[in-house]
Amino acid sequence: MLRIRNLFASIDGKPILRGLNLNVHAGEVHAIMGPNGSGKSTFAQVLVGRDIYEVVADELTFDGRNLIDMPPEIRAREGIFLAFQYPIEIPGVSNLYFLKSAVNAVRSHRGLPELDAVDFMSLARQQAAELGIDDAMLKRSLNEGFSGGEKKRNEILQMKLLEPRLAILDETDSGLDIDALKVVAEGINAMRSPQRGIIVVTHYQRLLNYVVPDHVHVLAGGRMVRSGGKELALELEQRGYSWLENEQKAVVTP
Amino acid sequence: MSKDPRTSEILAQEYPYGFITEIDEDSVPAGLSEETIRLISAKKNEPEWMLEWRLRAYRHWVTMKEPTWANVHYEPIDYQTIRYYSAPKGRNNDPKNLSEIDPEILRTYEKLGIPLEEQTWLAGVAVDAVFDSVSVATTFRRKLEELGIYFCSFSEAVQKYPDLVRKYLGSVVPYTDNFFATLNSAVFTDGSFAYVPKGVRCPLELSTYFRINARDTGQFERTLIIADEGSYVSYLEGCTAPTRDNNQLHAAVVELIALDNAEIRYSTVQNWYPGDKQGRGGIYNFVTKRGKCLGVNSKISWTQVETGSAITWKYPSCILMGDNSSGKFYSVAVANNYQQADTGTKMIHIGKNTKSTIISKGISAGHGQNSYRGMVKVLRGAANARNYSQCDSLLIGDKCGAHTFPYLEVKNSTAKVEHEASTSKIGEDQIFYCQQRGLSVEDAVSTIVNGFCKQVLQELPMEFAVEARKLLGVSLEGSVG
Repeated sequence: MLRIRNLFASIDGKPILRGLNLNVHAGEVHAIMGPNGSGKSTFAQVLVGRDIYEVVADELTFDGRNLIDMPPEIRAREGIFLAFQYPIEIPGVSNLYFLKSAVNAVRSHRGLPELDAVDFMSLARQQAAELGIDDAMLKRSLNEGFSGGEKKRNEILQMKLLEPRLAILDETDSGLDIDALKVVAEGINAMRSPQRGIIVVTHYQRLLNYVVPDHVHVLAGGRMVRSGGKELALELEQRGYSWLENEQKAVVTP
Repeated sequence: MSKDPRTSEILAQEYPYGFITEIDEDSVPAGLSEETIRLISAKKNEPEWMLEWRLRAYRHWVTMKEPTWANVHYEPIDYQTIRYYSAPKGRNNDPKNLSEIDPEILRTYEKLGIPLEEQTWLAGVAVDAVFDSVSVATTFRRKLEELGIYFCSFSEAVQKYPDLVRKYLGSVVPYTDNFFATLNSAVFTDGSFAYVPKGVRCPLELSTYFRINARDTGQFERTLIIADEGSYVSYLEGCTAPTRDNNQLHAAVVELIALDNAEIRYSTVQNWYPGDKQGRGGIYNFVTKRGKCLGVNSKISWTQVETGSAITWKYPSCILMGDNSSGKFYSVAVANNYQQADTGTKMIHIGKNTKSTIISKGISAGHGQNSYRGMVKVLRGAANARNYSQCDSLLIGDKCGAHTFPYLEVKNSTAKVEHEASTSKIGEDQIFYCQQRGLSVEDAVSTIVNGFCKQVLQELPMEFAVEARKLLGVSLEGSVG
């Protein structure tokens, strides 16, 4: 569903992604790992159309449609979702109101009738309860004053309600204690489906104990330097990233 | 930001209330003199005392200078080129029912979405519609009269309730008050009058809808609302004007009087023509609004959403005379394109244990300049006075400006006065976050702005709040692009 060939991205003339390749098929869970500064977050942001990056690629398509010129909100409505590493606060806008606007924007794009307040409320409540999100949190301003864990759980709630076809989770495990991590992981696992692709971007292997990936890729220096199965994540956990980076340097400068 | 092609379409969107109604007008020649004032007074068949009051105001006005302290800039106004009276021609002085009103005018109000038919009863709104200088219809009057509530045009009140008018007219805003209020006192043409008797809770939202139609006409309305002891009234005011390329002057005066234990809530949604994208045309909205909490435990609140006008100069204020009285000011002011807004409030604490609250939200976009100007004054006798002020500014883009001018004068040491202020910019990251959830740029801006204004919008009556939200969205469309 997602095909990426030779993707380059730069910001203010500074190259970050340099020739990245990746294919994601429906039903697969891909983990993107890598050291700090390797371009993981840039990659996530580029996929959803953040326009501060200059992007060129031989191919960047979602279900055969070119993403490069597609505005971010259309990508979202087409079913690409990003759980942000740092979810944004919007004061005065209730979480519930925002969720309803988002769900209805996506529904109307898909030709589905918009949900009214009552239907939406019962849907949201039920999904929220599974993530340990109570009514009070639904009524608070979006992400304002939320703890790190609350913000991340709220991202997962949005993902569940929006039912994307491709979900990208950017460092969703960061800042979570072990209980919150389990709740979030359960939320992600519940989203696994033959119709859906999931990309988990993470620095640590920890989350992958709970969300077991089909494929693991290591991003370093703006490109994928190693791909493998779930065992690659364990190897990285033991050996760190430096051996791969050294290997990479050895390839570039023999 | 986004390269969304719709942004440019929306940029081209025009003021949707800019149509002109073709009707015959009965107006006086342009220019201002004692003669003009006598003519206006005669057309309205006013009693001698009313004419005298106007003339006193006029004679004072000619000695005054236009104020220059506000943070707004405009070409000098030539007061001799303005027509001070314009009325749709051929109407009876007092339409008994809707069938007597020119159908063209009815269609105008329909286009504006203001229903004059009595089904508005269902919405719980009684409407007094002011078209240029005269009031064309007042709905539900009979229902209100059963409760002893008078709600009619100001002109009619002069004829029918002269004692109340004489007692209270100018008691809050004297005819010497300021340049524009004095001009209004001399030439005011119509407006609304409401009196709610002792102990009555007005069951309807009273509403006036102002529209400026005629070219080169100033609109000088005068509104007087009196809430007698223990009564309650909520009043709504909405305004639009057609698109014209010259600047039209609107200098209104509103006076509110709350007696013992009475409460008045006054809400405005102002959407006068703001001028075009280059800053040509638009209404000069130079308005004096003031309420007097005359009685003990009385309450007055002003809620305003100011999205229109080329220039807004407006400070709805409260004089807190009665002990334990309270004044509130909730304001949203938008300055987009080349709009200028200098608005705020004055809270004058005179009685003991008086309280005031000021919540001001200024939004600047395009080349707009938005100033909050507020005064909190605590007089010597105002023991235990309390004030809380919060002034927040939101900037969209980097060519606009936000300014805050708080004035504080405290003469009683038991007073507590708090002031908080903030300035923020709509973040690209906020807009992007909304887009990633499927919202368009316009919806994102409107969502963020509505969140910013929430404290004010929630003070508005329900139907009005819905309209205000839409209006905020429309007036800021294309501001991010």
